[in-house]
Amino acid sequence: MMTLPWLDLPLVWGGLIAFAVLAYVVLDGFDLGTGILFAVERRTEDRAVMMNTIAPVWDGNETWLVLGGGGLFAVFPLAYAVIMPAFYPTIIGMLLALVFRGVAFEFRFRAVTARGRAAWEFAFLAGSTLAAFAQGLTLGGLLQGVRVVGGAYAGGWWDWLTGFTILCGIALVIGYALLGATWLVWRTEGDLQRRCRRHARALGAATLALIVVVSLWTPMLNPTFAHRWFGWPGILLTSPVPVLVVLLAWGFWLGLRHGHHVTPFLCALGWFALCYAGIAISLYPYIIPPGITFRDAAAPPESQAFLLVGAVVLVPIILAYIAYAYYVFRGKVQHGEGYH
Amino acid sequence: MPQAVTLARAQFAFTVAFHIVLPAFSIGLASYLAVLEGLWLRTGRQVYQDLFQYWVKVFALVFGMGVVSGVVMSYEFGTNWSAFADKAGPVVGPLMGYEVLTAFFLEAGFLGIMLFGLKRVGPGLHFLATCVVVLGTLISAFWILAVNSWMQTPQGFRVDAAGRFIPTDWLAVIFNPSFFYRLPHMVLAAYLSVAFFVGAVGAWHLLRDRGNVAARTMFSMAMWMATIVAPLQIVMGDMHGLNTLQYQPVKVAAMEGDWETSRAAPLVLFGWPETEARHTEFELAIPHLGSLILTHDWNGEVKGLEAFPPDQRPPVPVVFWAFRIMVALGFLMAGVGIASLILRRGGRLFHARRLQWLAVAMAPAGFVALLAGWVVTEVGRQPYTVFGHLRTDDSISPVAMPGVAVSLAAFAIVYFIVYGAGFAYLLALVRKPPVPAEPGPYAGVPMRTAGITPGPPAAETLGDAWPVEPRP
Repeated sequence: MMTLPWLDLPLVWGGLIAFAVLAYVVLDGFDLGTGILFAVERRTEDRAVMMNTIAPVWDGNETWLVLGGGGLFAVFPLAYAVIMPAFYPTIIGMLLALVFRGVAFEFRFRAVTARGRAAWEFAFLAGSTLAAFAQGLTLGGLLQGVRVVGGAYAGGWWDWLTGFTILCGIALVIGYALLGATWLVWRTEGDLQRRCRRHARALGAATLALIVVVSLWTPMLNPTFAHRWFGWPGILLTSPVPVLVVLLAWGFWLGLRHGHHVTPFLCALGWFALCYAGIAISLYPYIIPPGITFRDAAAPPESQAFLLVGAVVLVPIILAYIAYAYYVFRGKVQHGEGYH
Repeated sequence: MPQAVTLARAQFAFTVAFHIVLPAFSIGLASYLAVLEGLWLRTGRQVYQDLFQYWVKVFALVFGMGVVSGVVMSYEFGTNWSAFADKAGPVVGPLMGYEVLTAFFLEAGFLGIMLFGLKRVGPGLHFLATCVVVLGTLISAFWILAVNSWMQTPQGFRVDAAGRFIPTDWLAVIFNPSFFYRLPHMVLAAYLSVAFFVGAVGAWHLLRDRGNVAARTMFSMAMWMATIVAPLQIVMGDMHGLNTLQYQPVKVAAMEGDWETSRAAPLVLFGWPETEARHTEFELAIPHLGSLILTHDWNGEVKGLEAFPPDQRPPVPVVFWAFRIMVALGFLMAGVGIASLILRRGGRLFHARRLQWLAVAMAPAGFVALLAGWVVTEVGRQPYTVFGHLRTDDSISPVAMPGVAVSLAAFAIVYFIVYGAGFAYLLALVRKPPVPAEPGPYAGVPMRTAGITPGPPAAETLGDAWPVEPRP
């Protein structure tokens, strides 16, 4: 039986799962953000263009969520077995919202009447927004800590609903909308692109403000987080994070002002990556604060080694053909074009 | 929490029953589309391209619904079966991880090209993308059936002090004793389900217009599948049953409705199993035939339910009836296949209105049989999740009854709305007859300015795209 004893399997897998979740957040982030922007983009022609920018790729983007969840099940089963019941309402809510979001792509095309089409456009908007909000609630709930006794969730019904988690939910909705707006700046043209630039400016400011508030609130949740961020030597690792956020903000506004197409999107992705890194710095080595580290939750080396062999070979291949799929559908999406 | 267990099982059964139909549809239809596109590229006949365009619309719809109901499944192991996830996760989890890495990404990565990319990549690469999607559906079936078969006939593991299943031999885990029976049985079921659905659509349009070349082609192809695959599936099912008798005899006893162990076990055709009285009422049975089928010996011993403690028996009536539904539909499908073969002689296939009406009526036959089969094998595994090792009662999440009740209600409402609408759109697609120069999946309404309805592109080309065949 292969167990790869020379490798720190839980650490490697922690990194891989973190990568899968980050990939999900940024990739489905702009999909969900595009849906959230249906709230302000109401013309059916514009909505068709917006949907067409993501129609060929959304399924692959959502697969990272399955890898995040399925991967947790495979290599950190204890974490999976605690997180899912602890966040039962937000997880089920997210899944149901994603059902509406996912079927809306096809159903909108198939709807015969204008009312039917409007109904599925609303399902797309509501599904995207609710899924984002539920993900924010779950993330906030994880950061504030989960009550565990004897390896099982021991908290109450409403532990996931606090001021902090609601703030995280709102922050993720706004942040995803920003990703969506900058994505559309890249992939559309004309009036729609001009309006998305305007949305991006407002959403960028709101996202920055929310990043500041959440970042100041998080260390107050848990003394370990505070020590990690402001104590010595943690500050060596943590201080570059806010500096980089400010640098990206500078690039973001310059990019918008000078009419760049891709820069705002890349800067928004950078913010997400930095916030994610910030969360990772806070949590390490806990996978479920305050009690369960990623080592406690790890599956036996027999399981982790078996899946790692496949992941090492397959993940680069997956990244290559996904990049190819994006390459096939590159360029601006025009009104009235449906890839047919 | 007995009630929470019941509701959690109801929720899982409900969501998985909705889900399983869709990947089965995708497995069968993806393969059919690859065959159609391959025939088109090889022969250059317009009718194959038109049939491809006709069915790829259905595929896009079905695949999208399958994706979202599948994401639900991948999280439900944790939300509702967290004790199972924690204990069996080290064995089951990596297999599902491989399913994501080898199948889901593959399907998702190439589906976009298959649906939207024909103009962008050209026919050759497009055909390759279609074939890759087919491969993805089959790889997915491989892993998920490895997981399911391991839960039925577990091996290749040890149990540690904390009660966790620790894998000791991955090859033994994957290629467990029931895997090579369950996998082909399921793939054939998917092919047969789609064959009968395609056949019903072809028959429907033949009944309206006997000369529709595309309808003729799809009906004929579907009937060939029925002729070949349905009998093959019966043989496969028999072999699977013998395998179950060897490893899960209590399930077979429930399927047969046999209470007492016997060397002249009858074949119970109909009856009403009474769990309390431990007896099957109103039994219509053929003596010795049960022994003959199950042991291939006139006097072979077949264990009855009484040979197992009551707390190790599955719910008998459900398994008993689901099994009969599956078998009856299987023989009916084989009968249609044979009838169609006979009617081919003398070219009567496209004129046989009674067969065509029967084919229309049997549109859902394959799917119903498939669901019944899953009920047999999953309910027949009770009261265990990992057969013989982990009881369903010990697999549950610490989520109390009201929470599960609310989520079950939410799933029921959402699924009926969403899948009800999806089913209506599906029927609307197949109600239209296939036409020459069939438009692609995303030609039409939403892409254009509201108010302008483009005329059907078929109008000018009708008649010269398909070779004109003499009307009977």
